[in-house]
Amino acid sequence: MEQKTKLKTRLKEGEKVQGADIVCECLLRHGVRTIFGYPGGANIPIYDALYKYPELHHILVRHEQGAAHAAEGYAWANGIPGICFATSGPGATNLVTGLADAMLDSVPLVCITGQVPSPLLGTDAFQETDVLGVTLAVTKHNYLVTKAEDIAPSLYEAFYLASHGRPGPVLVDITKDAQTAYAEFHIPLPKKHLEGRVRLQATPKEVEKIVSMLNSAVRPLIIAGHGMLLSGDGKTLLQIAEKQDIPVTLTQLGLSTIPSTHRLFMGMPGMHGNVAANRAPNEADVILAVGMRFHDRVTGNVAKYAQQAKIIHIDIDPSELGKNVKPTLGVVGDAKMVLEQILPKLSKRRNPQWLKRFHQWKREETEKVYKKELHAPHLKSAQVIAEISRQTKNKATIVADVGQNQMYAARYYTFNDYNTHITSGGLGTMGFALPAGMGVKSADSNREVWIVIGDGGIQMTIQELATIVQEKLEVKIALLNNNFLGMVRQWQELFYKGNYSEVKLKNPNFQKLCDGFGIPSLKAKTFKETREAISKARKKRGPFLVEFVVEAEENVFPMIPAGAGIADMIVSPKDK
Amino acid sequence: MAKNLSTIIIWSENTPGVFFRILWLFRRKMFNIETATVGYTEIPNVTRFTITVSGNGDQVANMCKQVAKLVNVLRVEKVADEKLISRELALAKIQIKGKGEKGEILKIIEHFRAKVLHMTKDTFLVEVTGGEEKIDAFYENMKEYRIIEFVRTGRTALFK
Repeated sequence: MEQKTKLKTRLKEGEKVQGADIVCECLLRHGVRTIFGYPGGANIPIYDALYKYPELHHILVRHEQGAAHAAEGYAWANGIPGICFATSGPGATNLVTGLADAMLDSVPLVCITGQVPSPLLGTDAFQETDVLGVTLAVTKHNYLVTKAEDIAPSLYEAFYLASHGRPGPVLVDITKDAQTAYAEFHIPLPKKHLEGRVRLQATPKEVEKIVSMLNSAVRPLIIAGHGMLLSGDGKTLLQIAEKQDIPVTLTQLGLSTIPSTHRLFMGMPGMHGNVAANRAPNEADVILAVGMRFHDRVTGNVAKYAQQAKIIHIDIDPSELGKNVKPTLGVVGDAKMVLEQILPKLSKRRNPQWLKRFHQWKREETEKVYKKELHAPHLKSAQVIAEISRQTKNKATIVADVGQNQMYAARYYTFNDYNTHITSGGLGTMGFALPAGMGVKSADSNREVWIVIGDGGIQMTIQELATIVQEKLEVKIALLNNNFLGMVRQWQELFYKGNYSEVKLKNPNFQKLCDGFGIPSLKAKTFKETREAISKARKKRGPFLVEFVVEAEENVFPMIPAGAGIADMIVSPKDK
Repeated sequence: MAKNLSTIIIWSENTPGVFFRILWLFRRKMFNIETATVGYTEIPNVTRFTITVSGNGDQVANMCKQVAKLVNVLRVEKVADEKLISRELALAKIQIKGKGEKGEILKIIEHFRAKVLHMTKDTFLVEVTGGEEKIDAFYENMKEYRIIEFVRTGRTALFK
């Protein structure tokens, strides 16, 4: 993993320095440029060493959860692990939500936490928490380091693990005495048993089977997920789809792998997915599922999911094959590499009849859903997102929060460029988007970043507005305000007899809040105001927030009720 | 003992916390561990676990894939019973009431090829090894008398 490009390294092999210096040196040697963190008693020595490493730009967040989500956004945009620093006890426990989020969405993170000095471990010392125990369930692996000489081996392994195979978060907890003790700096050798563990390519026999299943398919369907996006590009996927005329659906975390405008793109499957993407699995005869994990939000009731189809499941994580849906053929490998293996062997074909079905489904959704949403007399979230899409020429990076706003972002933005949709899919962490958007912008200043967030979510991590200002990060925030916890309210309306239990929000004055933070803002109540506000937000340098006052009780459709099969999808309220 | 147990053998690095990581993962995936034995092996710094769980074949196979992902785990195998020779050890402390009973208990001990490790005026401390069924049968026979304490290690196994 160590960067081969020329780096101004500080330490020579065998040089004796403090553990904290080794921490910074390891980061530098792994190409780290940005760290999100928060100092405290147990990691002061690392912050002291950081002073000697000006290449490591530290972004001081306002809460450690913000650091974790920002590091996720950074990793997502850059494809290299995001880095977090936190102190012991509350600093480390504040990371937990972000770690869990990264774990479920396979985002590479390396988090370095300070721990109380080793003689105090287990004594319930000031700010002591068993971080190894607490984070065991939410990391790919974690370490407790009590000796300076163990810092480099643990950190090198942490970087390797975070970014190899299925990515994920790794935490290294370093006692304060290990940070201050002296040790020789040595570049460690990787563990042998870890190196051979990741399988990237399919066997020739597996390739042959996949090819024969696809070549003989009559109604083939591709479902690609985050693994496809993570494997580098969507070109191979598109080449396969085009060669065999196979309709492609992308899961929420797979969105932006191929352009939404492509003729074979048939939308997103799932609870609030597109009609075609949800109808097709129950009519297809062969499904090529690649880099996705048949999540319950995608399949609905698995007993009613794609029972007639032969399923080819390709994933880099062997434990995903057969976990939720039993495939006809399970193949362990990197999404892109396996597709590259099969591409030259596939025969050319056309599926006009099968594609006609998709166009019928698409028309149905246009009639029953899109037209109503986009041409409603009152301002709707769908109109806001579609207008952002239009004005940004489908080229912005959308960082969506969780809930209705997330579904509107996924459904109504047209993703044209690769890797431009980022959200909290698996964990569904409200408050994710604000810090994550910050991380995306700090990773790649050329991106136009739009954070799509609701009035509930923004108040969960609102303190990071201060970080955005301090770092002069040019993010645009689309606050969809319905004064409700919209998704829960929708469920209460549809499935709990309209009992609105604890979903109404008495919100602060967001304009005044923005004033306090020093962020310019506008409020839009009509479509005309929306159009103008987006345009002004884009023209103004620096961060900008637009509060869109959207219809209070709008519902996201289509919807597959929780526990129902995909066939039970409610396309529009009248169908219910 | 529960019926239809699957045996999972795990080789791991001998590092602190590895037992915790493995047991935690079984709990996380909603498995109840029936027995677990752990110890050093012929390979330096390698610990071998013999774990038995109940669950259908697919579930156990998926569990093994999860365990294989643990960084400290070197190898995992779900092994069919016929490929293994497995044994467990049980210790029992039995109360003796009168001479008649003593003779009866000794006969059972002999029948099961168990060993008396310690004897007092009115107790036997007995060691017995064998497969689960033998230990179950030994326990059933001893239940006729008063069992003061009874412990069993769970299955440990070698490949044939």
